[in-house]
Amino acid sequence: MRSSALNIVGTMICLFMVVDMLHATTIKIGKDQAVKTIKQGIEMAKAGDTVLVKAGLYKEGNIIVDKAITLLGEGRPTLEAEKKHEPLSVKSPHVTIKGFEIKNSGHSSINDIAGIKIYNTHHVKVIDNILIDNFFGIYSQNSKHLEILDNKIEAYGTAEQLIGNGIHGWKSDSLHIERNTVTGHRDGIYLEFVTHTHVLNTISEKNLRYGLHFMFSHDNSYVGNTFRANGAGVAVMYTKNVHMENNLFEENWGDASYGILLKDISDSQIINNKFDRNTTGIFMEGSNRIHIDNNNFIGNGWGIKIQASCMDNTFRDNNFMQNTFDVATNGTLTLNNFTQNYWDKYEGYDLDRDGIGDVPFRPVSLFSMLVERYPSVMLLFRSFMVTLFDRSEKLLPSLTPEGLKDEQPRMKSVKV
Amino acid sequence: MNKVIRYVLADLLRNKTIICYTILLFALSISVYSMEDNYEKGLISLLNIVLFVVPLMSIVFSSIYLYNSSEFINLLVSQPLKRTNIWLSLFAGLAGPLSLSFFIGVGVPTLMYAFSNSGLILIGCGLLLSLIFVSIAMWTSVLIRDKSKGIGLAILLWLYFGLLFDALVLFLLFQFSDYPIENMMVALSMFNPIDISRILILLQLDLSAMMGYTGAIFRDFFGTGLGMGITLGVMLLWCLIPLWLSVRHFRKKDL
Repeated sequence: MRSSALNIVGTMICLFMVVDMLHATTIKIGKDQAVKTIKQGIEMAKAGDTVLVKAGLYKEGNIIVDKAITLLGEGRPTLEAEKKHEPLSVKSPHVTIKGFEIKNSGHSSINDIAGIKIYNTHHVKVIDNILIDNFFGIYSQNSKHLEILDNKIEAYGTAEQLIGNGIHGWKSDSLHIERNTVTGHRDGIYLEFVTHTHVLNTISEKNLRYGLHFMFSHDNSYVGNTFRANGAGVAVMYTKNVHMENNLFEENWGDASYGILLKDISDSQIINNKFDRNTTGIFMEGSNRIHIDNNNFIGNGWGIKIQASCMDNTFRDNNFMQNTFDVATNGTLTLNNFTQNYWDKYEGYDLDRDGIGDVPFRPVSLFSMLVERYPSVMLLFRSFMVTLFDRSEKLLPSLTPEGLKDEQPRMKSVKV
Repeated sequence: MNKVIRYVLADLLRNKTIICYTILLFALSISVYSMEDNYEKGLISLLNIVLFVVPLMSIVFSSIYLYNSSEFINLLVSQPLKRTNIWLSLFAGLAGPLSLSFFIGVGVPTLMYAFSNSGLILIGCGLLLSLIFVSIAMWTSVLIRDKSKGIGLAILLWLYFGLLFDALVLFLLFQFSDYPIENMMVALSMFNPIDISRILILLQLDLSAMMGYTGAIFRDFFGTGLGMGITLGVMLLWCLIPLWLSVRHFRKKDL
């Protein structure tokens, strides 16, 4: 019974494919072809067709894709918008755009002009394009089920207000963003009111403001990305259920620059990430119920700055190595839980040899509290005077928060 | 002049204290570097030694040596030798072995284990600190005739540069924290060679933290070629001014 049912389904699929093949045609576009312009090609095409664009330079202003077609570049044709137009506007579902180089979109302070802008639609694929010097790179407006894969997005922004974001999502759902590279935009990836989205293996570096920036974007995951040397690191706000795993946050240097800034984030996981040489690894404000596990904090100025407005966060099995300060805070009340982390500044002992230190570790030093209050005290760091203060404070804590401690510090680093 | 230097050198290179100092520094450095899994942590531990032990040793040892060889100095002065030459030879004779011990004790292990910018700056600062504190000792010992008072002053000066100065800076910082005092703080740090060395090494070791707001001010100054030049100039002045004052005083001193 079952196999015959499968047979029927199989036959039907085959039939559909044949029918589909009968209908789908390929329209070739190029200097030597019958059809010279992409606009003309799209006009001729029916839903399901492929418009194959041969290599060459196309200056056609704003190309609107309003049919379910595949727009395919062969030999990487260039769409040049001469700093006036929006090169590609997608207004139909089931569109695929692949293999183009898209250059020089217009700039505007009223409209968000993008290299590829997707308007109010669904199931669009943007694959393997190179976007150079556009205002926004790839822009999803009120769209669902998009795939944005293998694109290279590059701009040469000089001021934050004069350039848009690399990949920009607004009021969208179920985006799949993978293996892209974004440099030189305002924010590498910016998501606002975007849900159920996966950002994977994307490299976002040297953007003017944030490598990744999202607000009100719930239930998203960020896995295997690299955020490097962005003007202000990564900032994420007003969001719940975020999953961040295997990301690399490095070389985000500056006073207001963070590996991640978490503002009003709750019920999230930050797992297996590496924070390498940032001024501040994680800055947390008003964030609750976040699990921060198995991360490496290496060579940061401040490993974690946790404001007193944070509650019920758990830090477990992290490695804190070669940070100038491991943890800093601005109050004495601590409602967060540090447990079984490895701290390279730990000086305790382990008599019962269970790998867990016998005396608790207090990661907040007096000096880091002072620096929090008077930043210029940094001048005296590692002075013998300050070391003396820190020692006496360790013996009799008065200024540092009594509750902020790791009761079970590890003797050896955790393999991450 | 050469003869005097040679005599002082020969005397000091055989000196038990100098040999002990070298061995102690060497043992400390080697053990610190082999204990820490990462050379930067080793450098941080050594930083405290360089900023604390090197000035102490340089200033106290030089003072004691100068007071103990006052008869020898009297003898030299009675010879047909220029006083300036005698005094400078003594400086060279003292500074040479002390810097050499530092170089063997800390420099060589650092070059072996931590050959990097920060390591080189540590060695440079240590050598300069040796010279500076010898030169300060020359000045205090020529100013004060009494041995115990002189050594007391040397220790006080060391305490001042190593500890009290920072306490003073901290006090000023708290008092004037409402004002933009960062640039003043940079200027203030120039009044203490130990602080200058510490900040220079800090800028290498705690780079990420120094990228913050206050750090940026130090980095803008110490990180640039001009700032480095000025800093080096100030360190050299710290070495030359006490020496010059002491020479001036020694030339007219009634022995």
